[in-house]
Amino acid sequence: MNNLLEIKDLHASVIEDSLENNQKEILKGINLNIPKGEIHVIMGPNGSGKSTLSYVLSGHPNYCVTQGSAIFKGKDLLSMTPDQRAAAGLFLAFQTPVELPGVNNVNFLRTSLNSIRVARGESELNAVDFLKLVREKAKTLSFSMDMLKRNVNVGFSGGEKKRNEVLQMSLLQPSFAILDETDSGLDIDALRIVAEGVNSLRSPDFSALIITHHQRLLDYIKPNYIHVLAKGRIIYTGGAELSNQLESEGYGRLLEEAL
Amino acid sequence: MNDRNQDQALRKQLEEDSYKWGFETNIEMDYAPKGLSESIIRLISQKKQEPEWMLEWRLKAYRLWKTMTPPMWGKVRHPVIDFQDLHYYAAPKKNTAPKSLDEVDPELLRTYEKLGIPLKERAILAGVEVDENRPPVAIDAVFDSVSVATTFKKTLADAGVIFCPISQAIRQYPEMIQKYLGSVVSQGDNFYAALNSAVFTDGSFVYVPKGVKCPMELSTYFRINARNTGQFERTLIIADDRATVSYLEGCTAPQRDENQLHAAVVELIALEDAFIKYSTVQNWYPGDKNGKGGIYNFVTKRGACRGARSHISWTQVETGSAITWKYPSCVLQGEESVGEFYSVAVTNGYQQADTGTKMIHIGRNSRSTILAKTISAGKSDSTYRGLVRVLPKANGARNFTECDSLLIGNRCGAHTVPYIESKNSSAKVEHEATTSKISDEQLFFCQQRGLSKEAAIGLIVNGFCKDVLKELPMEFAVEAQQLLQVTLEGSVG
Repeated sequence: MNNLLEIKDLHASVIEDSLENNQKEILKGINLNIPKGEIHVIMGPNGSGKSTLSYVLSGHPNYCVTQGSAIFKGKDLLSMTPDQRAAAGLFLAFQTPVELPGVNNVNFLRTSLNSIRVARGESELNAVDFLKLVREKAKTLSFSMDMLKRNVNVGFSGGEKKRNEVLQMSLLQPSFAILDETDSGLDIDALRIVAEGVNSLRSPDFSALIITHHQRLLDYIKPNYIHVLAKGRIIYTGGAELSNQLESEGYGRLLEEAL
Repeated sequence: MNDRNQDQALRKQLEEDSYKWGFETNIEMDYAPKGLSESIIRLISQKKQEPEWMLEWRLKAYRLWKTMTPPMWGKVRHPVIDFQDLHYYAAPKKNTAPKSLDEVDPELLRTYEKLGIPLKERAILAGVEVDENRPPVAIDAVFDSVSVATTFKKTLADAGVIFCPISQAIRQYPEMIQKYLGSVVSQGDNFYAALNSAVFTDGSFVYVPKGVKCPMELSTYFRINARNTGQFERTLIIADDRATVSYLEGCTAPQRDENQLHAAVVELIALEDAFIKYSTVQNWYPGDKNGKGGIYNFVTKRGACRGARSHISWTQVETGSAITWKYPSCVLQGEESVGEFYSVAVTNGYQQADTGTKMIHIGRNSRSTILAKTISAGKSDSTYRGLVRVLPKANGARNFTECDSLLIGNRCGAHTVPYIESKNSSAKVEHEATTSKISDEQLFFCQQRGLSKEAAIGLIVNGFCKDVLKELPMEFAVEAQQLLQVTLEGSVG
């Protein structure tokens, strides 16, 4: 066993003031192992809990785990704060990246990278070395210097925000990346750039969990497994070919068989 | 540790060392008895070896003060202050003015060290040569009420700049004091200004002669250090025709139980084509986690742009005090004179701040800019209160005001109270205001990228304030950024 992440019987609820008992269970027993070096894809109908899974794994305060466990690199992931999880190598590319008015993008990227480097016991990068690194990464992602100078995601188009997420990912070099619908709303060129960003990280030490609705991303990134999530559970697991089947048939048959 | 445990640990740590500069120096104090009367004022005047006219000036202020009541229009709440229960004079016992730094009490020098006065400046205090490549900073150190060390006298004297304790200026330059003291903030201007005029014990005096650009930043460290002692600083800065000066003021104070009253008065006078830049970083003890203790800061700061094309710029970073009541203002008398106010006010815990500015346009084509950033966290309450008044003769007057509020958490308050009075139809007055909140999503995003919650707040807050912070001289900009983060620690639970 060389699992990077082991999720066992994970139950989680969203905390909302508007709900009568404040909680609504969304994940209802997730079991998932992701070995080192593998790329897994999660597909499934809207509202099945895909984004919730990404938030729970990264430690969003609006979700609470009611049952089950998640072991990351042999450690209890669920007891760590979000920044500790990031330092441990977990990265989440957000479905809707937030804007940080007044916070300069390049300053944010440097603060972020140096926080993670310090947590890993490495030294901080000075401004010169950092700029060299970020320029290089930005170039491969067709990310303009203008976008580096602007405030974080402020006035960015949807595609620019997604590319900014991928830029952060390639700077931070995580060992495990969750991409939450990073491909949604991208034109074909942007999609290729995002896919290249992921592929450039591929190594025996890098794993990813890709949440997507579309088969076309998988034309560029070949996953090891595809899981279908429905009503808070993984109802089916298959190989890379499963996406073609889902693209033509939809989820209907799988849902009927499972429920 | 999970999030909640981490927050608890953080909060505990904060309660233990929330005010890291909360210490007290043991220097023997020389107190006047509690209470205020004509005889106390005579005592202060005598202790300061003042001429008779100065005593009369004080007594006039005292008589005006007796007829006045504390202002009630600010959005601040505090117990009634018993003005007869305060000491109005305290001075270190060894108050024969030191002739060299060797004569300065070593305990006092250690206090500056604890205060974190930058090494370079401590070296100045210690009389060490400084790096000639960097422009020097002169400090007129105010310890409680008596200025005990004044440095860089010679460089300044060579340029003809006078920078000395105001008590010395009263004796040495009486004609200038008689001409300018109270000419911007009169003895009867308001309750606290009247009190200050009656009992002020020291402060700084600056005169920059015609055509002189002051060769260094002038800096004063104020510090309150005696129990039950009201602190009444008086500062007077005069920039003569075509003169330029930048003055920096920064403060910290020791932790204590009783509320302390501080009522300073600062007067600035800019003559023709003169420029005065006045910067403040205020970090007085804000009170404990229950809102107990902390400084009451009732300050009157006003500048007069007397000459044509004169220019006064106020920059303030207000993070401390239990109560801040402060409106650095500009009276734009000269034609084409310029007034600026850049402010960051941060409140946390139970702090209350009611701060802003007044821009009084009198001269033709006078211009003013107001940029006020308000940050509220914890259970604090912060108000921006600003007046823009354009008088009938101020043809072509122009004002631009921007007020932005940032809320952290959901138990704090932010208020904006702009007053605009224009009596000239050619004047243009603009006001913009925004209110925003640091969202959980923003914090989570930053944490996911490896930043701690505190670092995330610091980053967002510094981004929010950067247009003001960049107006500060370099030495202060760095200090101010750190202060903002320290002040807001534990503000999100």
